[in-house]
Amino acid sequence: MKSPGCRISFCMGFMVGFLVLYLYLRQVGISQNFSVQPIHKLVEHNDHQRHEEEEEEEKRWKKERSALFNLKHPHHSDEDSRMADELYKKVRILCWVMTTPTNLQTKARHVKDTWSRHCNVIVFVSSVSNPDFPAVGMDTKEGRDQLYWKTIRALHYVHEHYSNEADWFLKADDDTYVVVDNLRWVLANHTKDEPVYFGRRFKPYIKQGYMSGGAGYVLSREALRRFVEGFQNKVCTHTSSVEDLALGQCLEKVGVLAGDSRDTSQRETFHPFIPEQHLTAEFPKSFWYWSYCYYPISMGPNCCSDLSVSFHYVHESNMYLLEYYTYHLRAFGYKYRYQPPTPLGYTSVRSNSKDDDAAAAAAAAAPVVANKENKADSQEKEQKEGVNGDKSPDDPPPAGKQR
Amino acid sequence: MKSKIGARVGSRRPIKMWSEGGSFVKGVALGGVFYLLLSLLGSFSPNAKSGSEDLHQHHHVQAQSNDNLKQLSESQTQELKDQVRVYCVIMVQPKILVYWAAAVGTWSKHCDKAVFYTSESSKALEAVDLQERDGWARLCKALKHAYENAGDLRWFFVAQPMTFAIIENLKYLLLTKDPSEPFYMGNALKSGELEYVAYESGIVLSYEALKRFVGVLDDKNKCPIRVNRLWKLSEDKQLAMCLKYTGVFAENGEDAHGMGLFNGKSLDALIKESMKNNPKNVVEGCCSDFAVTFNGMTPNQMQVMMYGVYRLRPYGHDFHDLLMFDPPEGSDND
Repeated sequence: MKSPGCRISFCMGFMVGFLVLYLYLRQVGISQNFSVQPIHKLVEHNDHQRHEEEEEEEKRWKKERSALFNLKHPHHSDEDSRMADELYKKVRILCWVMTTPTNLQTKARHVKDTWSRHCNVIVFVSSVSNPDFPAVGMDTKEGRDQLYWKTIRALHYVHEHYSNEADWFLKADDDTYVVVDNLRWVLANHTKDEPVYFGRRFKPYIKQGYMSGGAGYVLSREALRRFVEGFQNKVCTHTSSVEDLALGQCLEKVGVLAGDSRDTSQRETFHPFIPEQHLTAEFPKSFWYWSYCYYPISMGPNCCSDLSVSFHYVHESNMYLLEYYTYHLRAFGYKYRYQPPTPLGYTSVRSNSKDDDAAAAAAAAAPVVANKENKADSQEKEQKEGVNGDKSPDDPPPAGKQR
Repeated sequence: MKSKIGARVGSRRPIKMWSEGGSFVKGVALGGVFYLLLSLLGSFSPNAKSGSEDLHQHHHVQAQSNDNLKQLSESQTQELKDQVRVYCVIMVQPKILVYWAAAVGTWSKHCDKAVFYTSESSKALEAVDLQERDGWARLCKALKHAYENAGDLRWFFVAQPMTFAIIENLKYLLLTKDPSEPFYMGNALKSGELEYVAYESGIVLSYEALKRFVGVLDDKNKCPIRVNRLWKLSEDKQLAMCLKYTGVFAENGEDAHGMGLFNGKSLDALIKESMKNNPKNVVEGCCSDFAVTFNGMTPNQMQVMMYGVYRLRPYGHDFHDLLMFDPPEGSDND
């Protein structure tokens, strides 16, 4: 037994036995901790799962003309979303997301699975069409120098195909996170016929300022119409590839006003960075941010409204993190410090007392009456002084803002 | 010599081939058996999956649904609020000052009483100096101190510096539980026969449980403070053993859907895990809406969590919780 020939055969046999069993068991899938199942059954199970998931997705969206029309507005089972539902019907938002062919599966997909579900309509804008995703191709190349071309074409496309499906048109990047319900609150005191747009207001280069591209901006239907008309009349052209600045220049030319998107405590709602940076970072004095913001800058807790609308540079896992913080995680019974005023003309049905019915009835009656009075007053005020984005009818309109 | 070998080989060839063949077959057989043994040993590893299977053997402590609360009167709800007040026992060390400061400036403001217990004093921050290097002894002393200074507080929450706790959600879990019963809750794990609550995701003790612990503390047979290095268990297991002697057993804190409320990892880590495990349902598959703790949070992440929990929300989605908790005074990040 001990002769070299025997030893060699033994070793060879050992290796063969080892390999044979390794290959055999790997085939059957034991090395992956599955129970021993015939392979074709495993494949069937995966197919079934995928089919279920596809069905679920189909129920949520209606795919039409390369856009997704939202059929199911996400809800929690134990929440009172009457106000959100009312705003969803009255303040219709079309979200268009700037993305690229390579980013569809790495970035745009996460947008599709998170915040875009709260838009009324969603259009993914790319350079090349992809009917499965779906994404619309603007027939441009990719790159920073093409950015304004892509924007011009996207705005024309959205105006041509979806002008009647929405009241407001929001642009976001595939790394922007948007709380669409809060955007509706910001816009609720305005109408689609006002020539106005909102976002994170920057001050350089343009007298009335312009909106940061990364933090997202939203145009009223009238603003969009004037933009498209401006290009038809050659009042607006492709002036530069700095998308947000060029857009701001065009909009100022065609008489669209730059609105104030801050909440009633003067806190910003559109943000060019992620929450962690606005809340904790210490930017150096030389950083461009300090000289760009139109309104006084706050870092730390005052940086951001409770009803923030957008954050930028939000990468994959952060999308889900923000979705969890916004729509899921909460502190039971916590009385929020900031109590946002109800938009004009909307019934306030919030009640904290135990006698829900009586209290709700009382609450519903009072603010409606008050709102009607306030609405009449503020409408008068607005007609006299022009639209200035004021939220509360009690605040005096800021002086010197209007032309 | 060569010819000799040649001659020898020639004569013995048939026998040799036979024995070589035999060796080969033996080799194949042994190789196969060896591989089987390896794969069995390889797949045997105590991972999270087996842990969660074991959890079914634990007691499950679930939070109340709002419906049960609807029948309570005004005075009853006030009584409830008083009863669920929490004494936070926060274990810190000077060498991680920045975490200590983070806890002071964030979640601990929501405790009815927050006391920091340190191994050695630091001029920078206020704490009870236990003057104790040993982790287990520190925990014993801290719990004893808390028991003696409880006043009329009846619930105790023990946390480590990198843990973030949402105290309102802890109170939600404790609603309608009687603190004069022994409760010992958190993320319940199993080590052999011992069920214990993991330290890093927070430990909840009712007054009765703490009372029994203090009663058996320093009993040389059941719950010694000074333990020989050889027999040393981790602090959370040691605590579980002491409590076991007094008839108090670990319970797992879960929401109404059975999802754990006490997390031993940071939110970021859990989201990333969920992206791998539930790519189509990342957020709901990750964590409970009423999560109580996350661990391994950096000070900056704690500030973000303060904003995310106590401020950021979608307008128009309201909850009519029948108990309301006021924001703490003198605080600007919640």
